[in-house]
Amino acid sequence: MARLNINGKFFNLTVDGDTPLLWAIREQAGLTGTKYGCGVAQCGACSVHINGEVQRSCAVAVKDVKPTDKIITIEGLSPSGTHPVQKAWLALEVAQCGYCQTGQIMAAAALLKKKPKPTDADIDDAMTNICRCGTYQRIRAGIKLAADGGVASKAKG
Amino acid sequence: MTKSDTTEKNRVTLSRRGFIITGAAATGGLAIGFNVAGVTDALAQKVLGAAGNEVGAWVLIKPNDQVVIRIARSEMGQGTLTGLAQLVAEELECDWSKVTWEYPTPGQNLARNRAWGDMSTGGSRGIRASHDYVRQGGAAARQMLLQAAAAEWKVPVEEVSVDKGTVSHSKSRKTTTYGKLATAAAKLPVPDLKTMKLKDPKDWKIAGKGLKRLDTVDKLVGKQIYSIDFKTPGMLNASIKDSPVHGAKIKSFSADKAKVMPGVRGVYQVGVGAVAVVADSWWQANKALDAVEVSYDDTNGSRIDSAAIAAVLRGGLDATENVSVANKAGDAKAAIAGAARKVEAVYNAPYLHHVTMEPLNCTAKWTADGCEVWVSTQNGDAALAACAEAAGHPPSKCEVYKMHLGGGFGRRGMSDFITKAVLLAKQMPGTPVKLLWSREEDMRQGRYRPITACKMEAGLDDKGNLIGLSMRITGQSILASVAPARMQNGVDFIATQGLQPIDGPQGNEGGFGYTIPNLTIDYAMRNFHLLPGFWRGVNNNQNAFYIECFLDEVAKAAGKDPLAFRRDLMSKNPKTAKHLAVLDAVAKKAEWDKPLPTGIFRGCAQQMGYGSYVAAVAEASVDARGKVKVHRLVMGTDCGHVVNPDQVDAQVVGSVAYGLSASFFEEITLKAGIVEQQNLDTYEIMRMADFPTKVETVTVPSGGFWGGVGEPTIMVAAPAVMNAIFAATGKPVRSLPLKNQKLRA
Ligand code: FES
Ligand code: FES
Repeated sequence: MARLNINGKFFNLTVDGDTPLLWAIREQAGLTGTKYGCGVAQCGACSVHINGEVQRSCAVAVKDVKPTDKIITIEGLSPSGTHPVQKAWLALEVAQCGYCQTGQIMAAAALLKKKPKPTDADIDDAMTNICRCGTYQRIRAGIKLAADGGVASKAKG
Repeated sequence: MTKSDTTEKNRVTLSRRGFIITGAAATGGLAIGFNVAGVTDALAQKVLGAAGNEVGAWVLIKPNDQVVIRIARSEMGQGTLTGLAQLVAEELECDWSKVTWEYPTPGQNLARNRAWGDMSTGGSRGIRASHDYVRQGGAAARQMLLQAAAAEWKVPVEEVSVDKGTVSHSKSRKTTTYGKLATAAAKLPVPDLKTMKLKDPKDWKIAGKGLKRLDTVDKLVGKQIYSIDFKTPGMLNASIKDSPVHGAKIKSFSADKAKVMPGVRGVYQVGVGAVAVVADSWWQANKALDAVEVSYDDTNGSRIDSAAIAAVLRGGLDATENVSVANKAGDAKAAIAGAARKVEAVYNAPYLHHVTMEPLNCTAKWTADGCEVWVSTQNGDAALAACAEAAGHPPSKCEVYKMHLGGGFGRRGMSDFITKAVLLAKQMPGTPVKLLWSREEDMRQGRYRPITACKMEAGLDDKGNLIGLSMRITGQSILASVAPARMQNGVDFIATQGLQPIDGPQGNEGGFGYTIPNLTIDYAMRNFHLLPGFWRGVNNNQNAFYIECFLDEVAKAAGKDPLAFRRDLMSKNPKTAKHLAVLDAVAKKAEWDKPLPTGIFRGCAQQMGYGSYVAAVAEASVDARGKVKVHRLVMGTDCGHVVNPDQVDAQVVGSVAYGLSASFFEEITLKAGIVEQQNLDTYEIMRMADFPTKVETVTVPSGGFWGGVGEPTIMVAAPAVMNAIFAATGKPVRSLPLKNQKLRA
């Protein structure tokens, strides 16, 4: 049994304590925007925010998450899907298959919160999620666009 | 599937229970459980998904003017869905802002006599092999709608015109819309598609434009449903482990410990070598799978390791028997023997894994009456055939619901994971079972890009002209394992992809771009137990690496500039003018002759594949510790016609990541017959920091043909970079991946 605060809502989930948070989110909470890619903290497809920090949820056991910990998944990043990163991703058509992109967006959003104007080196350091479709160039451009005041400011010129 | 002899009732009965995957705009996401029971059987066949009128097989129009375009090919990120919709919409002359899409199912395709043609998606064929009939489908629908308007207004159809779905008759000033005409149009006979006159691409308004993809929004908010996310009431979850030595059989297994673990509903053998655990949740199933004790009968498997494979390939490089010649001119052996200068080298490329980001999975439900699967597949037709075979039901009693792919790259063109899901579900009749492979299982049960090696020999005359070239490829054949029926006289022609005569049967697909007076390119097949498969770009990748990197070695020996050296070999034959034009285009864009900052060096490469001509120029540096930085890559493509330039750019840039990741980092090795790389901690994949600083795409569509886009450029990215590294260090890179090479002493 676990009590988790996901996207501002409490979930009482029937899971063993050693279940990775990823699987509790996907299978018990039913939020499938958080993806399974490797299960060993390598790919970042499972990225969520826990108390504002980006974390690979496949490597966090449910028993190590307190009910007071605030978990945000892609579904909770912006209720209307209009987080500046999502807007930039849409404007630049970053996604190909899209499977890694929810994790990429969570990682990018966490980066921008910490460093509103990230350098290329900051982006290299923070964005270690794998994209097998190879969207890295547009991900970088998307982060810069979002950092630059986002899509709205660009449109205004 | 080639049989289309089954249109009987069963098919319809099943389709009534089915559901359709549609575009988000049509239904707000996934229309699960869409039920058309209550309508007549004929209508159930005719109307697939959303309420609306079908105007020919490709177009469905709703009363609110929304246009639903049927997409037969699979979307795996490559943008084909949007491109195909653009082609239909172009001829239909509808309002693009009202376009959405749906996938017809393979079962419906079968029941309707393959109304949507080939559903396979591989070989970069998504658009190039269906552009004509999808455009004809759009044109036929337009004609039917205009006829309906003419009939309603009692005017000649020639006087009726359409602009963005609004139909008008200028003389009477009457106007109406496609939405209002669709009911009447749907009742008209569909004209013979072959008689449709298609627009000249220069008049395109929707096709040819970098329009936004139709399938982006859901991917950014976590709503895109891949088959790994599929849910249906009563569904159970399963994890599987097949014999780590491909081909070995299970002798016995003990499920006693697993069976009593939380959530476990059953432990089953699947096929000859696999055990699966079915549980309430996948995590429970996967955990319990570790507790199953299996013993294998290894006699059918092979315990070979990578060193032994390398030894077999060394033999293949010098073999004189059972060698198939792919391309020949003059007498290469004699020319090289008598040459003023000889160059020789042996190249190697390892086994590779696809690593689709979404691990393989499939949900299946088997009953005594039929079988349904929900799956991300590149090949709907093959998926239906595999489902039927494993289910023991005729295809007419089976159905495949295709879903978006979290990556395909060739792996999801195979149906082994569908077969396993059905064999498992068959043991739990009536229960939908989602079989998801762990990443470890996915790594072990790959269909690997085959290992090959190549011996290159060249002869130069005293002026540095290339007078003889011999190229011996040896290694594993994909076709021998995957599609032996496609071999030609026992020869796997794909092993020499991209190297075959420009005048030969493969010339339009990927003809060799160089004219060399004395030439032999041949192949010595050497097969191993590890199962091979088509991997984005297929053998073009290794072959372009061999020829393009070796040519730089030869150019250096001749004291010539690598670009000028290639131009010499290409410019005399008018049949390779397009190869040369795209190489020239990237050289121009990259300013080949302009000096670079100290420490940065250039390399180039060209190749033809999947009907397109591609070339690349790379700029790279190698630091004192041997670390490579790629500063710039200019990637050129001539694919004849461009349907969506923005998606072409995305594909080309993405292919750079796939190609460079492989050549820098990726390698599958074997120990005692078992793949050593079990997950992404041991199978390294390129990330952001190692991606080139800047990739520029140059698209030079010369018209008159339709070439592929998803794969071709992958084959030139790596050789261009390897050649830049060669220029930087003076040492050629002959063996991949690069991480195993010491670039600085
Ligand atoms: S699934 Fe968590 S990092 Fe890959
Ligand atoms: S978009 Fe396909 S893996 Fe990133």
